[in-house]
Formats: sequence, C-alpha cells, structure tokens
Amino acid sequence: MFLNFFYALREAGVPVGTQEWMAFLRALELGLHGSSLLRFYHLGRACLVKSEAYFDAYDRAFLKIFHGVEVADDQITERLLEWLRDPKALPELTPEQLAALERLSHDELMRKFLETLAEQTERHDGGDKWVGTGGRSPYGQGGVHPTGIRVGGPGRSRSAMKVAEERRFRDYRTDVALDVRQLRVGLRRLRQLTRSGLATELDLDQTIDETCRNAGEIELVFRPPRRNDVRLLLLMDVGGTMDPFYEPVSQLLTALHEERGLRAFESLYFHNTIYEVLYTSGQLLRSHEVPTGEVLKRLDARWKVIIVGDAAMHPAELLEPHGNIDPRRVSPTPSIVWLKRIADHFDRVVWLNPERPDEWDMVQTTRVIRRLFPMYPLSVDGLGEAVGALVGARA
Amino acid sequence: MSDDGRFKRFTGTPGYIAAGPLVDAVNCAIALERPLLLKGEPGTGKTVLARHVAEGLGMPLLSWHIKSTTKAAEGLYVYDTVQRLNDSRFGTGNVADIRSYIKLGPLGRAFAAAERHVLLIDEIDKADLEFPNDLLRELDEMRFTIAETGDEIVAQERPVVLITSNNEKELPDAFLRRCVFHYIEFPDVATMRRIVAVHHKNLDAALLDQVLIKFYWLREQPDLRKKPSTSELVDWISALLRAGLDAKTLEAHLPFVGTLLKKEQDVDALLRYDKQRGRYPSRWEDLGPRYNQ
Repeated sequence: MFLNFFYALREAGVPVGTQEWMAFLRALELGLHGSSLLRFYHLGRACLVKSEAYFDAYDRAFLKIFHGVEVADDQITERLLEWLRDPKALPELTPEQLAALERLSHDELMRKFLETLAEQTERHDGGDKWVGTGGRSPYGQGGVHPTGIRVGGPGRSRSAMKVAEERRFRDYRTDVALDVRQLRVGLRRLRQLTRSGLATELDLDQTIDETCRNAGEIELVFRPPRRNDVRLLLLMDVGGTMDPFYEPVSQLLTALHEERGLRAFESLYFHNTIYEVLYTSGQLLRSHEVPTGEVLKRLDARWKVIIVGDAAMHPAELLEPHGNIDPRRVSPTPSIVWLKRIADHFDRVVWLNPERPDEWDMVQTTRVIRRLFPMYPLSVDGLGEAVGALVGARA
Repeated sequence: MSDDGRFKRFTGTPGYIAAGPLVDAVNCAIALERPLLLKGEPGTGKTVLARHVAEGLGMPLLSWHIKSTTKAAEGLYVYDTVQRLNDSRFGTGNVADIRSYIKLGPLGRAFAAAERHVLLIDEIDKADLEFPNDLLRELDEMRFTIAETGDEIVAQERPVVLITSNNEKELPDAFLRRCVFHYIEFPDVATMRRIVAVHHKNLDAALLDQVLIKFYWLREQPDLRKKPSTSELVDWISALLRAGLDAKTLEAHLPFVGTLLKKEQDVDALLRYDKQRGRYPSRWEDLGPRYNQ
C-alpha cells in the first residue's frame, strides 16, 4: 500500500524519483511527521513534490491511496513503519485491518456523525465519542481526529483528507492554467546566446595574456556580452472562431511583448488562414496590410515563427483558389500554398492551437495544417514544447 | 546529527507567523540536510523566513542575493586577478601569496566557518538557467576545491540552506530532486489578521474587517494583472490610518488605491468600475463561500 503511493504519484504525473522517495522514507524514519496524518501529508508533499504545479496531482494520488484510511493519532507512526518494514506484505492486510480501513469512509463518517448527533442531547467538551469541542472523537470542533468532521467555527488542525479533498492547487496545474507569468517563464527558454554588439565585458583571460605580453603593463581587453540571438515572428489568427480564445491569446501576446530578451520581435495578424496579405494590427484594416511575399523577403530563414490559430475553417478556405472569404480581396492562390511557402522559407515554425488536442483530428483543415507545421496546444506545457522545437536540438 | 532523529528544530519566532506545514518543511530540510526551496507569491515572506529561522535556531545568517549576472562560482570564491595584476605592477600587497587574492563568497564562508550557519540563497531564479546546476555538487557534498591553490574547503558544519524562488525561470530537475520544497500559500483571512496585528496593534475591528473584505475582494478579481500582496495591505492600512479614515467611509469607497495596485491598467480598470457605479462588498457574505465557512 505504501509503495502504491509512489506509483500512484507517478501515475498522476508527479515526476518523483527514487532519490526523493528515499529522502521521504528517511524523513519518516526520523519521525518528522509526528503522529498526524496531516503532517504526514505535508511532509510527503515537501519531500516528493518539487513544484506547486504538481500539488493537485499529489492531492489526487493521496486521496486515491489513503482515502478511507482510519488511524487513531498515536497509531499512524507505527502503521507507517510497519509498511516500511515489509513492503511486500502490504497488499495482504488482515481482514481486521481492511475492515478498519474501510470503517470510516467519508459517507460513513457523515452518517455516523448524524447518528451521534441524534444520540447526544447536551453540550459536550473533551472526551472521545460525543460531538463537542476538543477531544479525539471524529466529530466536533477543534479536535485532532485525522479524518474528522468539523462542526462550524475555525478548524484548529485540519484533516489531511479534507486538505487533499479541497484540492486548492487545482489552479496551479500547468496543463490547464495559463497566465502571463507562466507564459513568460516558458518564453524565457526561447533563446540562443551569442556574442555580438559593443564590447563592454572584461575578458579576463585575454587581459592577463595581453598584460603578460605587455611586460606587466596592464592591458584591459573587453568583449561583447552574450546576448539572445532569437528573432521571433508571431502570426496570429483573430476574429470569428478565435473569439472564445481571446483571453489566452491576449495573455500570450502580453507575455511576448513583455519579453524584452529577444533580439527582434514582430507580430502580424490574419483571419482564419493566411493569404497574400497579413495585417499589422488585430483590426485587419486595409491601411495596415503588408504583402505576405514582402514579409518572406524581408525576414530571413533565421527568424523563428509561432503561428497561433485554431486551424478550423471551411476546407475550401484553405485548399481552393479564391477561397478567401474576405470580400475586399481576390485571392487566386490557395491559402495552403502560402502556408507551404512559410513552412519552406523559415527554418523553424510551430503552430499553437488553443483548441483541445483531442479535438484536432476531428477537423479536416486542422489535419491538413498539422502535416505542414508541428502543432502544440496553447497551454504552458504546450508552449514549453513549442519553444523547445524552435530553439532545441533537432530531433 | 545523530541517527535517532535528534536535531536542532525550528519552532518559529514571535515576529514571524509561520504555518505548521512551513515549520515542518524547515525541520525536514534540517533533518535531511537538504536545501529547502521556498516558492510563493511575492510578499508572502520567503526572504524574511531565513532571518527568523536563523534567529530561532540561534545560528548566524549569511545571505547571498542573486542577480541576473551572478555566477555560481562567485558564491564559492572570487580570485581577484585584476587586484593582483595591479599589485604586481605597483609592487604593493603580497603578490607572492595567491591566497590573499582569493575571497570566499557567501557559500564558501558558510562552509569555512567553524560555526553552523543559515545560508539564504535569495531569488535563485534571477540568475542564468544553468546557475542551480553549477551548484549541485557543492550543495550535495558541501565541499569544493579552489582551483588556483588546490585548497579544499570542506564544510565543518553543514549549513542550513534556504533557497527562495519567484518562479521567473523553471529550475532544473536535477537541482529540484535534491531540495525539500515548500510553497508558501497566500495567507487566509485568519492568518492575515494575525499578520496585520503584528504590524498594526490595536486596530479598530470594524475597520480591519472592511479593509480585509476589500483586499480579498480585489484579489479575487480575475482580470487583475498584479494582485496586491501582504506588504501592500500593510502599507494601505498605514495610509488609511494616517488619513484618519474610519470603517464607515471604507464601506463604499476604496481610497489610496495606488498603495494596493501597482499596474496602470489595474488602476484604470478600477476607476472605470468606480465610474460605472460598481458596488464594493462591505460584508463577508458578499465575498463567496470560501470566506464564509
């Protein structure tokens, strides 16, 4: 059962290795969890989980493994050490132990609580059975039973099960949540360091060399500091089917604009898919047009390209000549040709899709576009992978 | 440390409100002799904790504040070549003794000291991506060699290492594996009352209620770019007290909003909300179930 916790964590996606596990066991041996399940919960989290992004996964695994575990306060150390001593015997608990484990599942606890409340007729403090304040009964307020039910008022020591059940860290999961700060963290990796520009950094080795050559007369040598050499072009779908994604997309934009580490950054806009013109503003005004061909001429292959769009449209818009639904324009060249030119011209292009990845294959145009560009979901994880594809070593 | 689990425990200090899990995490790091990595929103007292851990354990504190230009090797020692070059040219100083040009960094000093220290590595995420990896061996084995002299510095007493991060960069996995991790959650209302009480004694209860209701309401607004933190709340209360405002005025207004909101867009958004005669909550019931348990 105890080792199951380890595997449950890994299954839930927490990157926990043996090193952390050994540290956790050592902490348990030292008795750092005292004798409470709540402290055991926190100790496990401190040792095994290294990012708040995984707290939710930890909560889920903890619930799965320890749900319904009923241990009186003073027994938990013993029980855990028992598990530690003989990991193989764990699945074969005695019938009595199993019965004890199952005895107080949550529903059961609630039912018993109501029963106890019905039996009880007067105020009660302390003791270990009745509903009241203090005491070790599972019901009441300010008590210390590990899976107890609290009756109003502030809790003194919250039960580990309740803490895990609350799953307060749901929002920190990186596969769903997205905020500017997290995006910026993702974008920080978008860099290739090179030395260029003004020489402002003291080059010590060269200085010593030159000074020696100069018979001890100090000769300071400077070199340019290392700088990020990444040039980034952002092509973004706006309007129509992209409207529901306004929030995540605008956060990505904010993050990109705040990311000053890039050598150059440009953003251009389109509607649904790319034809012979792109726009310099999200309103797609005629006065803001730039020919796509010009962009390809002006920006060389070293530019990294991120295209953001849901890739969902009528197939004709993508594949047919004159597929452009913009009444202002006549587009004899099908969009797919323009996309192919972009894919061929630039060294590295990625497509970020705000739609859920499991829905991509249901849309014909998405399937077609995925053949041209590697596609990643617009999430923190997806952005991380996309950045890896842009600057990482080639697979 | 002996094997029977006896070690110096941290139990908190009167000036710092530390939650149980945080104290446990600190003790876990001390017992396992691993660095404690602290993350959390800005203003949740990560850096201050180190000072209080040092105070609570009765150990001296060494701080190493990381900047974007900080190199890992600087924490161990710096060999002042330029000084030595200068000295050799002008014939000052003891040029023959290379040791007098080797200056130990915070990490080196913590190792070399005879006494056990608390070492704070503050805002490790400010540095280069590879920075934490460069410190792996030193933090693991608590020893390093000075290349120029061949001297080995071995920690006589393993320092208690606290590392804070503001999440600006992700830390490498190999580094994370060696740490004990604690995420300082934003204080809940009850804890916040205790924190405020440390800074503003004898605050009028009705005023405090209004202040906290407005504060947590602001933090709940989803489109806020930067949520106000504890230190901003404390400043805001100071401003309110100086102006002599009472709970009644605060019910329908949010004065001195500049002390709480630091982004222009946030202030603008609030002003717009004000102009549209948006309502401000004045009772805990207005805030939703999380605050009314």
